[in-house]
Amino acid sequence: MNEKQSIIKVENLKRTFVVGSEEVHALKGVSFDICQGEFVSIMGSSGSGKSTLLNILGCLDQPTSGEYFIDGISVRERSKNELSDIRNRKIGFVFQSYNLLPRTSALENVELPLVYNLDVSHRERHERAQHALELVGLKDRMGHMPNQLSGGQQQRVAIARALVNDPVIVLADEATGNLDTRTSYEIMSLFQSLHEQGKTIAFVTHESDISVFTSRTIFLRDGHILRDESVATKSAAEALAALPVDNDY
Amino acid sequence: MDILNLIRISAKALLRNKTRSALSMLGIVIGIAAVIAVVNLGEGLKQSTANQLSDMGTNLIMVMRANQRRGGVSMGSSNVQSLKVRDCELIAKGAKNVTMVSPVVNSGGQLVNGSKNWSGTVYGGSPDYLEIRKYEIATGVNFTEEDVKKYAKVGLIGQTIVEELFDEGEDPIGKTIRVGNMPFKVIGTLKERGENGMGMDQDDLVVMPYSTVQKRMLGVDYIQQIVCSAASEDVAEAAVEEIESILRVSHKIPEGGDDDFEVRTQQEMLEMMSSMTGMITTVLVAIALISLLVGCIGIMNIMYVTVTERTKEIGLRMSIGAKNSAILLQFLTESIILSLIGGVIGLLLGLLLSYVVSLAMSLPYVVNVGWMIISFVSCAILGLISGFFPALKASRTDPINALRYE
Ligand SMILES: Nc1ncnc2c1ncn2[C@@H]1O[C@H](COP(=O)(O)OP(=O)(O)OP(=O)(O)O)[C@@H](O)[C@H]1O
Ligand SMILES: [Mg+2]
Repeated sequence: MNEKQSIIKVENLKRTFVVGSEEVHALKGVSFDICQGEFVSIMGSSGSGKSTLLNILGCLDQPTSGEYFIDGISVRERSKNELSDIRNRKIGFVFQSYNLLPRTSALENVELPLVYNLDVSHRERHERAQHALELVGLKDRMGHMPNQLSGGQQQRVAIARALVNDPVIVLADEATGNLDTRTSYEIMSLFQSLHEQGKTIAFVTHESDISVFTSRTIFLRDGHILRDESVATKSAAEALAALPVDNDY
Repeated sequence: MDILNLIRISAKALLRNKTRSALSMLGIVIGIAAVIAVVNLGEGLKQSTANQLSDMGTNLIMVMRANQRRGGVSMGSSNVQSLKVRDCELIAKGAKNVTMVSPVVNSGGQLVNGSKNWSGTVYGGSPDYLEIRKYEIATGVNFTEEDVKKYAKVGLIGQTIVEELFDEGEDPIGKTIRVGNMPFKVIGTLKERGENGMGMDQDDLVVMPYSTVQKRMLGVDYIQQIVCSAASEDVAEAAVEEIESILRVSHKIPEGGDDDFEVRTQQEMLEMMSSMTGMITTVLVAIALISLLVGCIGIMNIMYVTVTERTKEIGLRMSIGAKNSAILLQFLTESIILSLIGGVIGLLLGLLLSYVVSLAMSLPYVVNVGWMIISFVSCAILGLISGFFPALKASRTDPINALRYE
C-alpha cells in the first residue's frame, strides 16, 4: 500500500439496466481510487450515471461487471446479508431528501444505524449519537422531531446519522439539492470541517458552485469518466461570509 | 437481531402511529372480547342449570309413564295408568342402590281459607317425598306412614300459599283450609325456595299423603310418577337399571317389548338441558370467531397499507444496514404486538362484559381459563399469519427504489 490507504477502488465498473427489451448502459467502464481522507465530488449532467455509481459504491446495487473494493474488501459476489453488514459498518449515507424517520427525535434518528449493530451496547449507542449530533452543531436539538427542524437542520441530523457508525466513507447524493444557497454553503462548510478531521467523503452534485468546495472532482458523462482532477479547495465558510445579506425580506 | 432490540424497534414504530395502531387492534379486541364473553356466559348458564337441577332433588331419579304403542295407536302419556303404588314398594324392596322412594300424584285445585282463595297444585307423596325433592320444613311436622294409611286430610304448604291464604303474622299450623271441597289441616310449612330456572314458583304447592290425593281428591288407583333417591351420584346408573328390571317384571313387559315407563336421572336431565344451552353457546362462539377472523383481516389490511406507506422508511433502514430478515421480523413483530395487545384488551373487556351480564342475569360468574389461553395463543398465531405477507412484502423492498419513493 502507498502512504495513503485506498478506501475505494473501482476497476472497469459497468452497470447495465434491462428495461423491457432494451438495455440501458448507465455505467460503461469506470475506474478510479478514493484514498483515505479525500473529499471527492462526482459531477455530471442529469442521467450521466452519478446516482448509479453512488448506489454501487454504497453497496445498495451490484455492478454488472468490474471490480469494486471497499476498505480492501471485494464487494463482488457478496450475499445480501454481507452487503448489509458492509453498509452498516463501513458506509454512511446522506440523501437529498434527508430521509429521517418522522415523529422520531433527532437523537433516535441518529442512533438508528447502531440499532442494527449488535456489538454496540445501548449506552454506547446513546453516547455515540450524542457525540455525532454535537459534531454537526445540533447539541441543543437532540430531542426535537424532524418536523420541528429546518431543512438544513434535518440534513445535519442526517449527516450525524451517517457519521455515527464511524464509516470509512461518507456518501452523499445531492445532499444540498433541497436547500437554498446559504444553507447549502453551511452544509458544505460542515463537510469541509469533517474532511479536515480526516473523514473520507464522496459527494454527488450537478452544481459546479458546490463542487468547488471539494478537493477533487470526477466528471461523468454518459457513463464514462470525462475528467478526474484535483482542484484548489475554496473555503465554504468564506463563501458564506461573502454572501450578500439579502434575506431580510 | 436480538429479540429485545426487535421488540423495541417495532414498539417505537407502532407508537409513532398511535391512532392507526389502535384502529387496527379494534377488530381483534372486539373478536376476543366476544369469544371470551360468550364462552364465560355459556359456562355460567350451564352451571346455573346444573345448580337448579341439583336443587330438584338428592341424586334424583324420576320414573315417568311412557307413551306405549299398542297396535300402532299411540296413547297420550297422561292416559297411561301403568304406574302403581305397588311399583314403589317393589323398588323400595328390590333396588339396593335406591335409598328413598315416593309415588307422586298431583292435582290442581282451588285453595280456600275463609274469604281468601288461591289456585294451587297439590302433590301427593310418601313421607320421604320432601327429602327426595329437597324441601325443608319451616314450621310444624311432616305427615307419617300412619297418615298415608288413613288417607289423613293433612298437608304442608309452601310460602306462597302461606302468604296468599293467611294474614301476616298468622300461624297457619293447625288451621283447616279447603282444597276444592275437601277440608284439610295444615300441619307444616315449607322453607322458601324461590323460582327455578324456568321461572316457576317453587313455593306454590301443597304436599299431602299420596293416598289422600288418590282416594279423596282424584278417585284413582294409579300414580303419575315415582321419584327416587339414589344412594350416591356414582350408583345412579346402577339404580336406574335396577328400577328398570324391577318394573319390566312387574309390568310383564316381554323381552324386546316397549317399556310403558321411562326412567331419567338428574344427570340425564342435566345433559338434556345443557345440550340446549351448549348448542346456543356453540353458535355464538362461531359468530364470535368469525368476528375475530375479520379482526385479523383488518390487521393484515392495515399492515399492507403500512408497508406501502413506510416504503421510504424501509429503504432507509436497509441503506443503513438492516438485513432483509430484520425488516421481515420487524413488521412481523409489529403485527404480533398489535394482536397481542388487542388480545389482552379484548380479554379484559370480555371478562368485564361477561361479569356485568352475569350480574344482570343473576347467573353464576364462571371464567373459562381454557378459552382464555386458547384465544391468547390464537391471537399470537393470527398476528403472525396476518403480519406475514405484509412483512414479506416489506422485506422484498428494493432499497434504491424505496429511497426514491414519494
Ligand atoms: N433502475 C433503473 N432502471 C433502468 N434504468 C435506470 C435505472 N436507474 C437508472 N437508470 C438509467 O441510468 C442512467 C443514469 O441514471 P442516474 O440516476 O445514475 O443519473 P444521475 O446522474 O444520477 O442523474 P440526476 O442528476 O438526474 O440524478 C439514466 O439514463 C437512467 O435512465
Ligand atoms: Mg441522481
